[in-house]
Amino acid sequence: MEVKILTEHYDDDNFRTLEGYKAKGGYVELEKAFKMKPEDIIAEVKASGLRGRGGAGFPTGVKWGFLPNNGETRYLLCNADEGEPCTFKDRMMMERAPHQLIEGMIISAFAISSPKSYIYIRGEYVYAAKVVEKAIKEAYDAGLLGKNIMGSGFDHDMDIYLGAGAYICGEETGMISSLEGKKGQPKLKPPFPAVQGYLKKPTIVNNVETLAAVKYIIRDGAEAYKKHGTEKSAGTKLFSVAGDVNKPGNYEVPLGYPLMDLINNECGGMKGGELKAAIPGGTSAPIITAEEIQKATLDYECLAEMGTMLGSGSIVIMNDKRCMVDMLKVISHFYHHESCGQCTPCREGTGWLHKLVGSVVEGTAQETDIDLLCEVANKMKGRTICALSDAAALPVLGIVPKFRDEFQFFIREGYSKVKGQAHA
Amino acid sequence: MFELSADGKEFVKKELARYETIESAIIPSLYQVQKENGGWVSEDAIAHLSDLMGIPEARINEVFHFYTMFNKKPVGKYHVQVCCNVACAMAGTREMTDMFLDEHKVKEGEMTEDGRFTFTRVECLGACDKAPMMQVNEDYYEDLTPESARNLLRDLK
Ligand SMILES: Cc1cc2nc3c(=O)[nH]c(=O)nc-3n(C[C@H](O)[C@H](O)[C@H](O)COP(=O)(O)O)c2cc1C
Ligand code: SF4
Ligand code: FES
Repeated sequence: MEVKILTEHYDDDNFRTLEGYKAKGGYVELEKAFKMKPEDIIAEVKASGLRGRGGAGFPTGVKWGFLPNNGETRYLLCNADEGEPCTFKDRMMMERAPHQLIEGMIISAFAISSPKSYIYIRGEYVYAAKVVEKAIKEAYDAGLLGKNIMGSGFDHDMDIYLGAGAYICGEETGMISSLEGKKGQPKLKPPFPAVQGYLKKPTIVNNVETLAAVKYIIRDGAEAYKKHGTEKSAGTKLFSVAGDVNKPGNYEVPLGYPLMDLINNECGGMKGGELKAAIPGGTSAPIITAEEIQKATLDYECLAEMGTMLGSGSIVIMNDKRCMVDMLKVISHFYHHESCGQCTPCREGTGWLHKLVGSVVEGTAQETDIDLLCEVANKMKGRTICALSDAAALPVLGIVPKFRDEFQFFIREGYSKVKGQAHA
Repeated sequence: MFELSADGKEFVKKELARYETIESAIIPSLYQVQKENGGWVSEDAIAHLSDLMGIPEARINEVFHFYTMFNKKPVGKYHVQVCCNVACAMAGTREMTDMFLDEHKVKEGEMTEDGRFTFTRVECLGACDKAPMMQVNEDYYEDLTPESARNLLRDLK
């Protein structure tokens, strides 16, 4: 069953306006937060077990605790770059509930004592950016942003920044470079942004969904928030489901929810064929087979145990008419296209992967190339500035071993085992 | 020689003051140029921006070349960007793009002879539940079929 905390009022068209948002309890928690001590808010977020919804799942309160106490200006950056393929939850959140994000951000900014925040929105999301910009203006006009918000003595300015088409700007240090008006190239960590980020100042980067959730932790308290989910995966989460199901879309379910239930209940079951596989967590996450899906629950620990990850919460469902060689071709094209080129293993490796998968499809590959694919992928892991290189390697290391027969067949016969000769 | 309109110059001036560093104004200013220049950014426009912003051309070029949304050569009145990432590819957008290119007798990334269209395959646009989808200039078109997509392009004014 869906548990709608973030999305409770998303069907209400008015929810995106300040008036409509206030009618549903909007900005009540901001007032509540202002009566709390900043350190108590951080403690509450820590106690809630909230983990970052952008991909890595890092505990939010812990990250906030890394900020140095050196009197430097702190910045808050909302990651609304949403570039992970097949993720579309942040766009919906911004379009339907911009004030929910803004309120979550002001509370978070107050907690970490930050006078300035940016929402970095991917360039393609022109409409979402317009909605958010309008909401920010409404908030300023109502005294919810700017000087002495609600008479609390807290000042905060917020602005949006529109990217211009680069997946790598979703990586936090890439995003910071981009916001500073440079190429969006990641930087080596440490130093982590919390210590040295935007303009070399302490900076907290959090995903849209993470920051919006903060409001509900203040509303319900950490204990109530933790009632949903599992021990290590607290709360509810939005899942963007796409592919071969009858009702693709965004669904908010408690973490720990069985993937089969999501497919059968919320998504209306399979479309066009029997269940074959799923890619949870964005295309960087290794694929899981139908058999594994039966046992999969949507929490950080279960998916990690299966050798994959929850990631951004995108799930692509595939039926038995899907050719895995073809799927990998699409995926490896993406990473090759998006590598920023700074690190040799990533720049060269993504090129190799793309070329090798291509050669399988074009009929110029040999069976030894299957192992070569995995070898190249293995060499790309854990040795680059950012995790894009790993993100490109992992899908290969998931798909190739699990569907090796399809690669062998393609190489031997020159056409897809699944699609048959007619599609050759 | 390209020159921004008075409003465009005013916009750039405001952007220069909007962020903590003036370089952050490069992306918004490139967007403004692209808007006023029929969808792409020319070399002389970069020189013009450089003068206007007091930022070296090389620095602006660095940003310009990094981001895919800035067009490096003229594009059609309608820039049709078809998503060919996983969910859309599964829903047939690769074949749909081939159909467009075929019917309009044009190569990917090139402009049709009448200047109406440029077709480009792009990565996931975050509307995968509505696959197959494409973006024409700023607007999303979702849940397409080859027929509906063809009609849509025909009817664009
Ligand atoms: C290649 C790459 C792309 C990423 N893209 C995104 C993204 O689009 N959105 C996002 O929120 N995080 C993305 N991340 C994760 C961010 O670096 C960062 O961990 C996250 O924004 C932190 O927020 P959270 O803790 O609230 O999840 C990406 C990471 C990598 C390595
Ligand atoms: S791993 Fe790839 S994307 Fe990340 S910094 Fe290195 S080259 Fe760039
Ligand atoms: S795959 Fe096409 S919009 Fe995401």
